[in-house]
Amino acid sequence: MSETIVGLENLTKRCSVLEELKLGIARTEKVMSEPMVRFENVAKRYGTLSVLDELNLDIARNEKVCIIGPSGSGKTTVLRMLMTLERINEGVIWVDGEPLTHMRKNGQMVPANERHLRRVRGKIGMVFQHFNLFPHMTALQNCVEAPISVLGLSRQEAETRAAELLDMVGLSDKKNHFPIQLSGGQKQRVAIARALAMRPKVMLFDEVTSALDPELVGEVLNVIRKLGTEHDLTMLMVTHQMAFAKEFSDRVCFFYGGKIAEQGPPDQLFGDPQHERTRQFLSAVLEAR
Amino acid sequence: MSLWDWSYVWQAFPYLYRGAIVTVEATLLGFAIALVLGLVFALIRQSPNRYISTAMAEIVEFIRSTPLLLQVFFVYFVGPQFGIVIPAWTVGIGVLGIHYAAYCSECYRGGIENVEGGQWEACTALNLSPARSWRAIILPQAIPPIVPGLGNYFIGMFKDTPILAAIAILEMLQQAKNFGSDNYRYVEAITMAGLFYLVFSLAASAIIQSVSFWLNRRYHLQ
Repeated sequence: MSETIVGLENLTKRCSVLEELKLGIARTEKVMSEPMVRFENVAKRYGTLSVLDELNLDIARNEKVCIIGPSGSGKTTVLRMLMTLERINEGVIWVDGEPLTHMRKNGQMVPANERHLRRVRGKIGMVFQHFNLFPHMTALQNCVEAPISVLGLSRQEAETRAAELLDMVGLSDKKNHFPIQLSGGQKQRVAIARALAMRPKVMLFDEVTSALDPELVGEVLNVIRKLGTEHDLTMLMVTHQMAFAKEFSDRVCFFYGGKIAEQGPPDQLFGDPQHERTRQFLSAVLEAR
Repeated sequence: MSLWDWSYVWQAFPYLYRGAIVTVEATLLGFAIALVLGLVFALIRQSPNRYISTAMAEIVEFIRSTPLLLQVFFVYFVGPQFGIVIPAWTVGIGVLGIHYAAYCSECYRGGIENVEGGQWEACTALNLSPARSWRAIILPQAIPPIVPGLGNYFIGMFKDTPILAAIAILEMLQQAKNFGSDNYRYVEAITMAGLFYLVFSLAASAIIQSVSFWLNRRYHLQ
């Protein structure tokens, strides 16, 4: 009799373990299927000028999305809002399943405070058009500053990490150089290493080759290409390099007048654009080349 | 009576020496206050809270728009009527420091506003705290270029120290004058005091230039 009871107890225990396992798997699946970044009805205005209008955009984990469009179409604003450099006027931005621009308070969504922003923003890294390296620090110091003071790494850990990253971008011999001693392409590669040193899940690239001399564009794009294949990173990139967008991205979004006018896989968007504006833009861009 | 008598020069020397010590001390202490307090003023001025930053701007404007001598008198002579008695030396250095802090804060502000906006954006993107951004990123770029400007105020303050005589602090010029009235002989003492001001200003200016050069090189700024 008692043996039976023990047997039964074991069985129920196993069942509950199984249930928990299932739940765990379901949770993981949910996280995996959840978009890494979600713009939900996001609007941005400067005074009465509407820059972005009801933006809805989901970006999956590890997805590489390129944003193209004429200037003034709001494409850079998308990245700047995600990096919290610009406040949004309406909607919510989600990162990795949690709200970035808002936080939950007593079951309600309220605008995020600085503390919440700092926590969630840590998942995002950004590379700028004009590099924005710290001019008074060497390449290595640029890459260890935030890991030490924000992540709390020891100097040695941070330097090891930075050296690896500088090596990956092909600049191990320049680590003690100051930005002023580097070419534009080298500066931008340091900036990429600096952003990666924070181990972000999402990387934003804002026209990162636009300020470079033409012969230096390739070295930067090569690094980005390598990042895309060798690392689990969600990447969002505003670019004018159509050939690169075509070859690199999983999806291209064409922005026009503060809206996504058209989006789709690069082959489709470049090969068979549906929207009149897309056709015009692409023919203008390709003609210029 | 000759135009220049060397014996008076030697006689006046101990007076001038005592006065020079006071003048240099007042300048160094006052400027230390001005440098620190000026930076504090400038940082408060940058506060995202509009009321705080406007209030700071008004205070700075007020201090800059009234004479230093009046401020010294106000604290030293009006204060005691309200039961605020502060020793002359403290009043002198404190008011000099606060007065020049207002000027220095404008200098700092210029330096801070000259740092490219992209630097702040990089700080945000790297999630640096505001305190860390100021200390490690913004100020090291903001300060080296304004060292010559701050240096001008250092020399300006040095030349304003004779105002301390008004509240009975025996700085150098007052010592020279006292020596003159004691001996009915002004030319040597006053001339020597003038020479001392000149030499000190020139030396300070040279030091400021090399500090500026060194800082700009140290931080790899143009």
